[in-house]
Amino acid sequence: MVLSPSTMAAVRKSGAIPNAEFLLTAEGIRKEFPGVLALDDVQFHLKRGTVHALMGENGAGKSTLMKILAGIYHPDQGEIRMKGVDIRLESPLDALENGIAMIHQELNLMPFMTVAENIWIRREPKSRYGLVDHAEMNRKTAELFERLNIPIDPRAEVRDLSVANRQMVEIAKAISYESDVLIMDEPTSAITEREVEHLFHIIRDLKAQGLGIVYITHKMSELFEVADEVSVFRDGRYVGTHASSEVTRDDIIRMMVGREITQMFPKEEVPIGDVVLSVRNLTLDGVFRDVSFDVRAGEILGVAGLVGSGRSNVAETLFGVTPASSGSIAIDGKQVKIDRPVEAIRHHMAFLTEDRRDTGCLLILDVMDNMQVASLHDQFVRGGFVDEKAVARVCRDMAGKLRIKTPNLYERVENLSGGNQQKVLIGRWLLTNPRILILDEPTRGIDVGAKAEIHRLVTDLARTGVAVIMISSELPEVLGMSDRIMVMHEGRVTGFLDRAEADQVSVMDLAAR
Amino acid sequence: MNTDMLDKQAVTAPVAGIGKRRLPPELSIFIVLIGIALLFELVGWLAIGQSFLLNTARLKIMILQVSVIGIISVGVTQVIITSGIDLSSGSLVGMTAMLAASLAQTSQFVDRAVYPSLVDLPFVVPVVVGLAAGLLAGVVNGTLIAKTGIPPFIATLGMFVSARGIAKWYTKGQPVSFLSDGFTFFGSGLVPVVIFLVVAVIFHILLRYTRYGKFTYAIGSNMQAARVSGINIQAHLIKVYAVAGLLAGLAGVLTAARAQTAQAGMGVGYEFDAITAAVIGGTSLAGGVGRITGTVIGTLILGVMLSGFTFLRIDAYYQEIIKGVIIVGAVITDVYRQNKKKKKV
Ligand SMILES: Nc1ncnc2c1ncn2[C@@H]1O[C@H](COP(=O)(O)OP(=O)(O)OP(=O)(O)O)[C@@H](O)[C@H]1O
Ligand SMILES: [Mg+2]
Repeated sequence: MVLSPSTMAAVRKSGAIPNAEFLLTAEGIRKEFPGVLALDDVQFHLKRGTVHALMGENGAGKSTLMKILAGIYHPDQGEIRMKGVDIRLESPLDALENGIAMIHQELNLMPFMTVAENIWIRREPKSRYGLVDHAEMNRKTAELFERLNIPIDPRAEVRDLSVANRQMVEIAKAISYESDVLIMDEPTSAITEREVEHLFHIIRDLKAQGLGIVYITHKMSELFEVADEVSVFRDGRYVGTHASSEVTRDDIIRMMVGREITQMFPKEEVPIGDVVLSVRNLTLDGVFRDVSFDVRAGEILGVAGLVGSGRSNVAETLFGVTPASSGSIAIDGKQVKIDRPVEAIRHHMAFLTEDRRDTGCLLILDVMDNMQVASLHDQFVRGGFVDEKAVARVCRDMAGKLRIKTPNLYERVENLSGGNQQKVLIGRWLLTNPRILILDEPTRGIDVGAKAEIHRLVTDLARTGVAVIMISSELPEVLGMSDRIMVMHEGRVTGFLDRAEADQVSVMDLAAR
Repeated sequence: MNTDMLDKQAVTAPVAGIGKRRLPPELSIFIVLIGIALLFELVGWLAIGQSFLLNTARLKIMILQVSVIGIISVGVTQVIITSGIDLSSGSLVGMTAMLAASLAQTSQFVDRAVYPSLVDLPFVVPVVVGLAAGLLAGVVNGTLIAKTGIPPFIATLGMFVSARGIAKWYTKGQPVSFLSDGFTFFGSGLVPVVIFLVVAVIFHILLRYTRYGKFTYAIGSNMQAARVSGINIQAHLIKVYAVAGLLAGLAGVLTAARAQTAQAGMGVGYEFDAITAAVIGGTSLAGGVGRITGTVIGTLILGVMLSGFTFLRIDAYYQEIIKGVIIVGAVITDVYRQNKKKKKV
């Protein structure tokens, strides 16, 4: 039985459909992209009033399955049922009308429009004359934000918001559809613990209202904190579904990767050398002030802080993306002036940015183009000509090391899964052979197995004398990897902690000060 | 938990190899070219009982006609790849044609020369001056765009108006004639065609195999990301527009040499033909995508159309109408094919 969305909506309203066991089911789903079988005979069952986590390695097919349920991709085969009724989803609009809303892995807001305009797009409240009623729209947004306890001005333009706040707007937008099913694709990859807590609070509320929530994440702790059930996927295949209370972290990992991963953060003591980077009283007016620190060769300096503490801004300023208002930077004891990224690269700095979409990926170019671009300044080029063979060789090796899942190196990066895009960017900066490596949320969206691999690569670099600055919202990552931790709060450094004295409590204490 | 199943699925190496590049996207547009040519052939036989293609003289004229557009289009292609646009090239053709021609005059009618004291100069002088003027105009375009941040559309629109103004002001609208043989040689025979092909090959290599090319695509794909990757966006954009200006200057020199005279109105509308050729050839106005091979085919499509219309003696008014339809049709075919490939997905 296939009903049109409008009939479906009417039926749903009348409450005529008996409470089927499952809210949403998908069976025998298959989806092929050129060179990739993304989903192969996959199933998925969502109960009402539950949070259902999806786990799997990067490129396992999680986002693809959810995009099918949200009407963005059409499956080659398979059936989707909503409350026991077959549905066909031709477009995202169809999905919304069937009561399925999705928060995407990548942010999709329009930067030059206000928060309210973004949320109510296509559903703008109209005045008597058929014009958009901005006052009403802002009021509705304020109301929604109040209910969700989100402190953002509805009239702010999205481009002025931090990545974390944009993520909160996306969440509010999806909730505003008042759907029955809410799909969240890695909603916490861009936000810090405090917002995560907040989000979990919201999720529990929605769950109590009877919504079915799909929650994709790579963070084990979240799985056990919010999820009732968990389904695992591997290489486009369905592995199994379990109650989250019945499985352990190791079970999940074994299901995900088919092998054991023991050491999560392979921290090794490496010899620490001389001061490489020395920052004094670095200030960017209105954003952060008087930031001073040293990083030594072989040292990993972790940077912790809440959203808006200015961590990423300091990194951007160090790299010349937004030049400092005052303060000084010295490399190997020599004062340097860095007001453009070109100069930072000339000093052998590398900078993995926080937002892979805006400042990272060259989406329509291929994997190899993306990986080589930052290295062409002083490598692989003779007489202006790029040595394609050498580039291909190192890119293949790097892709292998990072376990990037792609049909080949000529695949457009936009076709890669989110985690694999992140790996490509990590590869880009590792290829530059940096002396100073700045990583802003390096393992955002990266699966557990690859995360350990990336930590190992970073540690290896440190051993060769690279000075590393690592910003991360994941405390376990900062605590596990860093030799020293710098904590920031509202644009100021509130303290440094040595590896020995740092723990969850001491860091959060400084971060909230 | 079913662990048996787990062990059977061996962990596969994620990247098997480097792989091959996909089939060139120019193929579809090449088919369009053949299609249009065959259409003229068919209509030719049916309507006037003549072959369109089996006529070397006609083919020669056709390719000569579009060589100049092709040269401009190569420059414009790389501008569009950076997600910019260059509207000034047609006007630059007029301006550089006038400047070059004024220094290429013979002493035959010395009293009517622009610079009676500067006649019978060696051909290098007008050629270099023409190229340099184009280059300079391109540098101005690029500098305006890179340093002030005004949109390329506006910067080159300004140049579009001003360069035409310079062309007219230069001789108060008088044509410049009696050009030296050394100079007009560049427009004789198939010389412009050869120059076009050389330019196309050079830029194909430049875009495909050099750092200059890689950076051009990177900027067009994501300017912010390109900047963070250490590309000097300003310097690069100036280079790209300078090259486009230089090629427009070359086109101006060839136009004057071929006509053996220069007029202020030369090159009117060339900017749109050049952009059209690039876009038909698969260059995306959104930036980051485009190839010289596509642009060459796009240029040939324009040429076949022009020549076909003359062949069928189609009225000039109809020509324009049909030309518009074919341009849009060619791009639709391409978009459609790309989408179909995606749908199959
Ligand atoms: N539009 C597309 N075109 C081609 N291949 C695609 C496309 N979208 C996804 N794929 C491929 O399908 C596979 C599954 O991707 P998907 O995005 O579903 O992974 P994922 O499980 O969400 O991974 P991640 O944890 O990294 O987000 C990947 O190998 C990816 O390269
Ligand atoms: Mg995903």
